[in-house]
Amino acid sequence: MAKIFVLVEHRQGRLRDITFEMLTKANELTEKTDAETTAVLLGNNIVEHAKTLTEYAKTVLLVQDPKLENFNSEAYRKILAKLITEHKPSLVMMGHTSYGIELAPRLATALGTPLATDCLDLTFEADGLAVTRQMYGGKVNVKAMLRKAETYMTTVRQATFTAEKPATPPNGQIAEVPSLLTEEIAEKRFLQYVLPPSGGVDITAAEKLIGIGRGIKDQTNMSMIEELAKTLGAVLACSRPIVDKGWLPSDRQVGSSGKTVKPKLYLALGISGAFQHVLGMKSSDLIIAVNKDPKAPIFSFADYGIVEDLFKIVPALKGKIYELKGQKA
Amino acid sequence: MFNTSKHNGEFSDLDVVVCVKHVPETAEAELRIDKTGKAIEKTSLVFDINEWDDYALEEAVRIREKQGGTVTVITVGAQDSESTLRKCLARGADTAIRLTDPKFENSDAYAIAKILHSAIKNLHYDLILLGAQAGDDGSAMVGPILAEMLNIPHATMTKKIELNTGTAKVNRELEGGLEEQLEIKLPALFAVQTGINEPRYVSIMGIRKAMQKEIKVMGLADTGLTEADVGPAGSWTTIEKLYVPPVEKQAEFLKGTPEEIATKIADIVKSRGLI
Repeated sequence: MAKIFVLVEHRQGRLRDITFEMLTKANELTEKTDAETTAVLLGNNIVEHAKTLTEYAKTVLLVQDPKLENFNSEAYRKILAKLITEHKPSLVMMGHTSYGIELAPRLATALGTPLATDCLDLTFEADGLAVTRQMYGGKVNVKAMLRKAETYMTTVRQATFTAEKPATPPNGQIAEVPSLLTEEIAEKRFLQYVLPPSGGVDITAAEKLIGIGRGIKDQTNMSMIEELAKTLGAVLACSRPIVDKGWLPSDRQVGSSGKTVKPKLYLALGISGAFQHVLGMKSSDLIIAVNKDPKAPIFSFADYGIVEDLFKIVPALKGKIYELKGQKA
Repeated sequence: MFNTSKHNGEFSDLDVVVCVKHVPETAEAELRIDKTGKAIEKTSLVFDINEWDDYALEEAVRIREKQGGTVTVITVGAQDSESTLRKCLARGADTAIRLTDPKFENSDAYAIAKILHSAIKNLHYDLILLGAQAGDDGSAMVGPILAEMLNIPHATMTKKIELNTGTAKVNRELEGGLEEQLEIKLPALFAVQTGINEPRYVSIMGIRKAMQKEIKVMGLADTGLTEADVGPAGSWTTIEKLYVPPVEKQAEFLKGTPEEIATKIADIVKSRGLI
């Protein structure tokens, strides 16, 4: 029977959300064909994870080895290459995460398996696997076909599929497979996890956030935004480019590689709305976005949008809020 | 490969190859899909070095400044990608290679990696650096594919590189602000994440120097690859069509003069009890 492999992602004792998102999509695909969802779980002392996964997948292929205590793309590559060669799944899914990005292209090359990364959707068509991806920072969608093959590989964008338990429990079986690793991977060793030092401000606790992005253009423009934040009683947060430039510390970053926030107000200034950022703020109660590009993706997530130069809006808004506060006092 | 006798005996020369891509700047541009339906209209767009690659180049130049060696930049692109290579030379790269051939057009990341590999395998390198992804296709694939073809270890999403003799300690970005630290044997390939350093501006002196440097140009015949290895024939994926992302929800747009808009925003915020 044809199989779809889902590589289980877990870290520091926790199964990551992307795992369940992929399993849900895999189950949707297997329902349409006569395939079966197989969760592939690599790690050490992870039987509990395997048990959880039997509620989502028909089979859980489990490989346990002390050398798999932490993710190592080389260790994973060796084991997965063997499992894929043996089981010949029609599709291998991984997260488009730091782990998937590290592993998938190399494994696909080693196996000669066509790969599409950062997929938003997957469909089996007569000619093979069709995928939906994005280009130019999410401004354009792409439908692409993978070269016809026995096995396809994809990495899947996080928070794209909604995780759901199957309506009929699959009562999956755990199949433990011995690890083929004979020694530690010498050329690539995991040393430790590192948490960058905190800057002392917890943006996740703020009621009102002003999120700033690339549209701020110059560091000298920061003072104007800081004044608005002060008047409004809001905390400054940002998208990645602002941290990269060193204008704000990394603990102010909102998005997949930063914090997830849910304030009562998120005022996005000069943020285009790349999915990495949106992932971290889309659940805010009220989102107001100012951007010059009317097609900026942020406008699909905002409640209110303003297509205008933010440097015209910011001083005017500061004045208005000041006025309103004065009336109240 | 590791000469330890130079530079105070502490560091050795390192030959670094940096792969760069010449891409349109689209962060603040309004994009249109062209008549073929498979690409965007590029005539009104400004092209520059891919943002991620810019950080990779800066990292390479810093390594050379600290411990000696060479920096070679390499790109697969049309003739106009020359401007990106010139910029890299002006910023401190020593030599540049441009892989250009009509047959390379419409290559996906896999085919691009093969083309890069065909040239890099003949160079001496201790380190290969490139951006973790490109701002156009965002596939994040070329680095690890190239590392597999060269049979050297790699790390992607690299936020920090600390070089020692024969090894490097690198920090990789995970999710939610977390990083992992790895130790990797050299030679190795690192795909760097933005923010790893602060790329410098081009100096007038650098531009003058860059003008005199020669850019080596190679075509399909020089690579040892065949037509079947490159372009759509040598790719894993083929673009069927481009389209504007469907809008599931659209913001209510506030219009008027800046003053009027400011009043509307302030009223909305106030109505939620937030002023």
